[in-house]
Amino acid sequence: MKNLFSKKNKGPKKPLTVEQKITRRNFISFGTFFVASGVAYGGWKWLYNSPEEAAGITAGARKPLRRALNKTELAFRTFFSNNHLVKTYPKEMAAKNVRHNSDVGSEGKIDIAAWKLQVKKQSGEVLNISLDDIKALPKTDIIYDFKCVEGWDQISHWGGVKFSDFITHFKLDDQTRLEYVGMETPDKEYYVGIDMPSAMHPQTMLAYEMNEKPLQPKHGAPLRLIIPVKYGIKNLKRLGSISFSDKRPRDYWAEQGYDYYSGL
Amino acid sequence: MKVIKEKHPLAMRWTHWVNFPILTIMIWSGMLIYWANDEYKIKLFGHTYFMFFPEWFYKTFNIPHRLAEGMAFHFLFMWAFAINGLVYILYTIISGEWRELVPQKKSFKEAWLVLLHDLHIRKMAPPQNKYNAAQRIAYTAIIVMGIGSLITGLAIYKPVQFYYLTWICGGYHFARILHFALTIGYVFFFLIHIVQVVLAGWNNFRSVISGFEVVNEPDPQPVIETPTPTDEKPIQ
Repeated sequence: MKNLFSKKNKGPKKPLTVEQKITRRNFISFGTFFVASGVAYGGWKWLYNSPEEAAGITAGARKPLRRALNKTELAFRTFFSNNHLVKTYPKEMAAKNVRHNSDVGSEGKIDIAAWKLQVKKQSGEVLNISLDDIKALPKTDIIYDFKCVEGWDQISHWGGVKFSDFITHFKLDDQTRLEYVGMETPDKEYYVGIDMPSAMHPQTMLAYEMNEKPLQPKHGAPLRLIIPVKYGIKNLKRLGSISFSDKRPRDYWAEQGYDYYSGL
Repeated sequence: MKVIKEKHPLAMRWTHWVNFPILTIMIWSGMLIYWANDEYKIKLFGHTYFMFFPEWFYKTFNIPHRLAEGMAFHFLFMWAFAINGLVYILYTIISGEWRELVPQKKSFKEAWLVLLHDLHIRKMAPPQNKYNAAQRIAYTAIIVMGIGSLITGLAIYKPVQFYYLTWICGGYHFARILHFALTIGYVFFFLIHIVQVVLAGWNNFRSVISGFEVVNEPDPQPVIETPTPTDEKPIQ
């Protein structure tokens, strides 16, 4: 073995024997293996035990994981397009027994005659819209596969007004320049925040019918959100108020560790 | 005389060991998600043979009521799983290592002989290069499964934006079943893999960490320096 560049001259170096080579390479690779395993284990411990995020618009998730959810949202938002439509089905395929998961914000009875939808513009101006005003707009039907964050899905049939039609009709176009729509139930017990592109998606609607009949109380009478580009958790029942903002509006499930975006 | 024989390149060893904890986390967090709608079971002629999963299983691994947590972990480590897999695939393509890994025409026939050999039914195993026929099939299948998990995962993660993936996977429902079945597949792969590694012994296991195997070769003959033969015609 040539050793021209060796600084210390200890005389000609003897080539390593096979045994020495084996020992040396085992030492290096197993050393690396155990150090890397230790680092990986330490990293996992750090992540698993990392503190919960400060409770705000989102809450209940580990801090680094919340950051990751928000970054992942940005990555997948680039794939969002109004041309990507949820698959629709023939009417016969719609479930007759529509699954019902939760009553938060839509418990008890509601006086439909007295009900008004409050639309709060950013200027502070408030519109009070009756169900008849909404029903006067062109009606759209959608039969699609409703998807719950829990993992179940069900084909269901909804009728109502396209959200984008609603916006145009009530001259709210300037509000859509803001980044988010916030929706709340009349008792403010349930609330969701929707990014504007998803809200303005052509299949997003304010629904007042299910299976061609007026909404039942447990399915969100008199008016509810049907937003096929989101999980069920965003499909707020018994709509009370709509607001617009550049900041994320509060969101019931994002406060409990779920992804704010929850887009499909 | 002992001789060092190079076996697994560095890139393959790293991606192999990086994948192990990542896949473990993906399976665990996937279970936290699956629990929220655990509808799969093995049912034949009206009789349920197995429920995914029994109560004791959920209890042992502390699975229940952790859906949000499971999703948060799953949607972080999916990136690591995908990137690590991509690095591995790119490496095998660029290095040419894929030639050792992809099954050949004869592999499917030979894999049977390998199985018989491994079960001690047949004495001789078919001749092989780096991997035998059964390994070629297994190690290629696991990559196809990985790609499958990625595609079925995206199909249920963004079924509207990636509607074409959902369509390829046979719809939202079926994509979720496939995603689940692939995971069960990994568990079976893991079990067989571990048994095989134990049977293959230390020298083989070490090669996945240090890269080489030690083989005993007959003592070398005295070396006679000869010019390396070339294809060129001798100069006259």
